[in-house]
Amino acid sequence: METAWQLELRPAAARATILALGGRWRMAAGLPAPESILDRLTPGTRRLGFDASRLADWDSGLPTLIAGLQKLCTARGIELDTGGLPAGVQRLLALAQAVPEQAVPGRSGGSAGICMRVGAAVIEFARGLPAMLAFLGEVTLAFGRLLAGRARFRLRDLWLEIEEVGPRALPIVSVISFLVGLILAYLGADQLKLVGAQIFIADLVAIGMVREVGALMTGIIIAGRTGAAFAAQLGTMQVNEELDAFRTLGIRAVDFLVLPRMLALMLMVPLLTLYSGFIGMLAGLLVAVTIFDIGVFEYYTETLRALTLTHFLVGLSKGSVYGAMIAFAGCLRGMQCGRSAAAVGHAATSAVVTAILLITIAASVMTIVYYQLGI
Amino acid sequence: MSVPPHIEVSGLAVGYGDYVVQRDLDFTVNQGDIFVVMGGNGCGKTTLMRALVGLQAPLAGTVRYGGEDFWNAPEERRQRLQRRLGILFQGGALWSSLTLAENVALPLSEYTALTQAQIDEVVAFKLALVGLAGFGDFHPSELSGGMKKRAGLARAMALDPDILVIDEPSSGLDPLTARRLDELIVELRDSLGTTVVVVTHDLASILAIGDNSVYLDADTHTMIATGHPRDALQNGNAKVRHFLTRGNPT
Repeated sequence: METAWQLELRPAAARATILALGGRWRMAAGLPAPESILDRLTPGTRRLGFDASRLADWDSGLPTLIAGLQKLCTARGIELDTGGLPAGVQRLLALAQAVPEQAVPGRSGGSAGICMRVGAAVIEFARGLPAMLAFLGEVTLAFGRLLAGRARFRLRDLWLEIEEVGPRALPIVSVISFLVGLILAYLGADQLKLVGAQIFIADLVAIGMVREVGALMTGIIIAGRTGAAFAAQLGTMQVNEELDAFRTLGIRAVDFLVLPRMLALMLMVPLLTLYSGFIGMLAGLLVAVTIFDIGVFEYYTETLRALTLTHFLVGLSKGSVYGAMIAFAGCLRGMQCGRSAAAVGHAATSAVVTAILLITIAASVMTIVYYQLGI
Repeated sequence: MSVPPHIEVSGLAVGYGDYVVQRDLDFTVNQGDIFVVMGGNGCGKTTLMRALVGLQAPLAGTVRYGGEDFWNAPEERRQRLQRRLGILFQGGALWSSLTLAENVALPLSEYTALTQAQIDEVVAFKLALVGLAGFGDFHPSELSGGMKKRAGLARAMALDPDILVIDEPSSGLDPLTARRLDELIVELRDSLGTTVVVVTHDLASILAIGDNSVYLDADTHTMIATGHPRDALQNGNAKVRHFLTRGNPT
C-alpha cells in the first residue's frame, strides 16, 4: 500500500531548498503542519521551490497547506516559488487569493466578555419593554373593536384554535395533574400524620389543586405546548411575508390572527384548570384510600366541605389571566420574529420563557392580592 | 393642465437606522408603464420597494401617488392610497391558513360591497386569469412555487389596483415559467392599463417587459441610470451595460 505524504528537502542553489513532494497528500490521511516543514529548513534559507514529480494524489488539503506556508514565508522573508506545484494546485491558490480578505464592518473580532454580554442582554431587555407595551396597546384596542363589533376575524379560526388548545391538551394535562395531585397528597399526609389529622389531605389537595396548582400547571403546560406553537406559526408567517401582505392591504393582523388565539386561550385555559383540579383530587383520593386508609365517602364529604365557590372562582380567574398571558407572549414573539428559520426557533423559545415569566409574576401578585383581600 | 405623474419619487433615501442603503433617488413612473427597478444583490431594491408600498418609512424624501404625498399623508389617507396598490411578494406570501379562493376573497370582502356569491364569481374569474381555475380549494402549501406566484398575482389583482408592485417575479422559477409570468404581467397591463413596478435582477425579464427603469448601484448607494432598459443596454452608463450583459463585452 502506498504510504501517506512523503517530503524530502533537497538543497538547491545557494540558500535555496526544493521541497520534493511524494505519495498521497490528502486530508483524510493527515498532513504536516506548515511550521514543522519550515523548522526542518537549514537556517538562512532564503528561497523555497517545489518538485511535485513524485506526487501521486492530492486534495484541497495541499493548497491549504501551501497557503499556510506562504503566510509564514512572507513573515520570515523567505521567497516561495509555487511554480513546481501541479497546475491544479496553482489555480486553486490563485482563486483563493483573487479577492483579498476584507475587513467586514460590524463584525468585531473575538467574543465579548461576560460583563459585556450581561450588559447587552439587559439593554436588549429594556429595549424590548416599549415594544411589549405597544403590543399590549394594540391588543387592547383590538378587544375594544371586538366589543364594539368591528373586529374582523373568522369564527372558524376561533373554533380551530379552541379545538387545538382545548381537547387536544387533555391527555398531557391529565397526566401532569394526576401526578401533581399524587405528590400533594403524599406531602400533606406525611405532615398531617404527625398530628393525626390525615383526613385533611382532602382539604389540602382540593383547595391546593383548585386554587393554585391546577391553574399553574395548566398554564405552564399550555405555555410550552400552545404558546410556542403560536410564536412559531406567526413567526413563519413573518418569514413568508404573510404579515406584510396583511399590512399592505390594511387588514389588521392583530384582529385577524391574535384575537382568535387570545380568545381561544382565555376560554380554554380556565376550563382546563377546572379539569386539572378534578384530576388532582382523584389522585388525592387514590392516595388517601389506598395508602392512608381513609374511606372514600369520608374523603368525598371532606372535599365537599372544603371547597367553596370562591376557590373555584379564584382558580378560574387565574386560568383566564394565565391563558391571556400565554397567548400574549406567543403572539408578541411571533409578530416580532425576524426573517429566518433560526429566528422562528428563537421566537418559540422566547415565547415560552416570556409566558412562564409572566405567569409566575401574575401568580405571585394574584396570590398576595387575594390574601390581602381575604378572598 | 398636465396630469401629475402616476408615481413620483424625489430625493428618496431608504435604509435601516444609520445605514443608508440608497439615497437621492429621483424617478417618475408613468401610467400604464412597466417600470423596472434593477440592480445587483444587496443594492436595496427590496428596501426601496418596501418604502414604495408603505412597509418601511423612508429616511428622507417623498413618494407621491398621483401628486399626493404618501408618507406625509394621515394614516387613514395612506391606507386608502395603499389600497390602490396590489403587491406580489417574492414567495407569493399567500396566507397559509386560507385556501387560494379565501386568499383572493379576503380583500374583496374587506373592501367591497359585493355579496358572497358575487365575491365567489370574482375570485373564480381572477384565478382563471392567472391560469389557476379550479384550484380555489387548495391550500398554498399544496402548490408549486410558480403556482404560488400566480395565485399571489391573483390576490394582488383582487381589488383591480391602479398599480401593481412585484418583487422578484422570476426568483425561484425556471426560465419558461418565469417567461410565462412575464407574459401574464404584460397581458394584464395591456388589458387593464395597470401600471406595474417590477423589482428584479433577471436580465431576460428586464429586457423583455421593461418600458422604463432605474438602476440602483450597490457601491455608490444611489441610482446611476434611468430610461428604457434597451437604451441603457446600448448607450447607458458602463456599469449598467456591464450588468445588462452579464459582464460580457458586447
